[in-house]
Amino acid sequence: MHELSVCQALLTQVAEIAGSRRARVVERITVEVGPLSGTEPTLLLNAFIAMRSGITSTAELRIEHCTVGITCLECGAYSQTQPNRLICAPCGSWRTRVIAGDGLRLLRVEMRTTDSSDAQQSPDPVEKVHYV
Amino acid sequence: MCKICGCAIRPTDSHDNVMQPRPQFTVVDVVHDLLAANDITATHNRQHFDDHGVLAINLMSSPGSGKTALLEATIHALKSHYRIAVIEGDLQTENDAERIRACGVTALQITTGTACHLDASLVHQALHSLPLAEVDLLFIENVGNLVCPASFDLGQHLNVTLLSVTEGDDKPAKYPVIFRASDLVVLSKTDLLAVLGDFEPSRAASAVRALGLDIPMIHTAARRMTCISDWLEWLESQLQRRGIGRSRLRKGTSMDQAALGPCA
Repeated sequence: MHELSVCQALLTQVAEIAGSRRARVVERITVEVGPLSGTEPTLLLNAFIAMRSGITSTAELRIEHCTVGITCLECGAYSQTQPNRLICAPCGSWRTRVIAGDGLRLLRVEMRTTDSSDAQQSPDPVEKVHYV
Repeated sequence: MCKICGCAIRPTDSHDNVMQPRPQFTVVDVVHDLLAANDITATHNRQHFDDHGVLAINLMSSPGSGKTALLEATIHALKSHYRIAVIEGDLQTENDAERIRACGVTALQITTGTACHLDASLVHQALHSLPLAEVDLLFIENVGNLVCPASFDLGQHLNVTLLSVTEGDDKPAKYPVIFRASDLVVLSKTDLLAVLGDFEPSRAASAVRALGLDIPMIHTAARRMTCISDWLEWLESQLQRRGIGRSRLRKGTSMDQAALGPCA
């Protein structure tokens, strides 16, 4: 249910990025949804289809799934595990840290820009903007 | 990443259909938390709490697990020693806020309509109606829901999740996200344990531990006021940790002794 709120936040971020690049249309958006993020990918996709509009009205949402990864604070081992079993596989310790699988992040926005002059000023059309 | 056209094609994918350069095509790689805007507002709320010396606690649970009853008992036990206020979150009605007001403290009701959780902006709006300078301890009773509230920081200092013994001792395994976000698990309605017979607190504790958590699990039976002493002790330790002592005592009355009785 809260996927509607998540989707609204996603569309707001995409609109800001697209607006700052004078994009004409957003073609594809890629997000990461971890099993421990509290967000259900299918529901997020449904929300996206229902809520996309304007510059994102024909955009595709690509969701990158990932598994839960933990490191053990006792033995240092890395394990891939289930969301409700965050225990070190090799040594059985519960003193672990989740290092993957709890993310809910916008990863990429692919869009058509307004005119070709922008592209000429930027030979490499790939920008990398890393926020928090 | 394709350096010819800037598409997001991966090395393992076919490139036959994207050989032509696409000069008007831009790809922006970002690593941006989707709920960053909520988190910024939550940080703002937390700053408000810190500026006014308020300890803010977010109560989360399924509907009907006893959040409001626990607050009523808590207010009864502590209102002579601390200035307490409550923000209530429900889809509809002022019922819970009215119950809290009947205990003699300020309560604001947020009715979310159809929304299944509180978020930082809803709490921020409520704060404009709350005299924080006159509050030591603020409870935010979230919408009854074991899923959605876990994803939204409200600016609270601590998350408390209630698990009533009528729900099943495997709830932490079924709903790991909300329990992972918790600083304390309150096992509520423990006076029903003997009647139910199928809830084993040790299994609930094991399910919490399996989430890699070392958080306390406290038993309460708020309706009977006989078993909230561990909860009150935990609350006071958190207040003292933030320098909020009983110095703000308004009256000389002592804590309700019934609340300090032994746990069942």
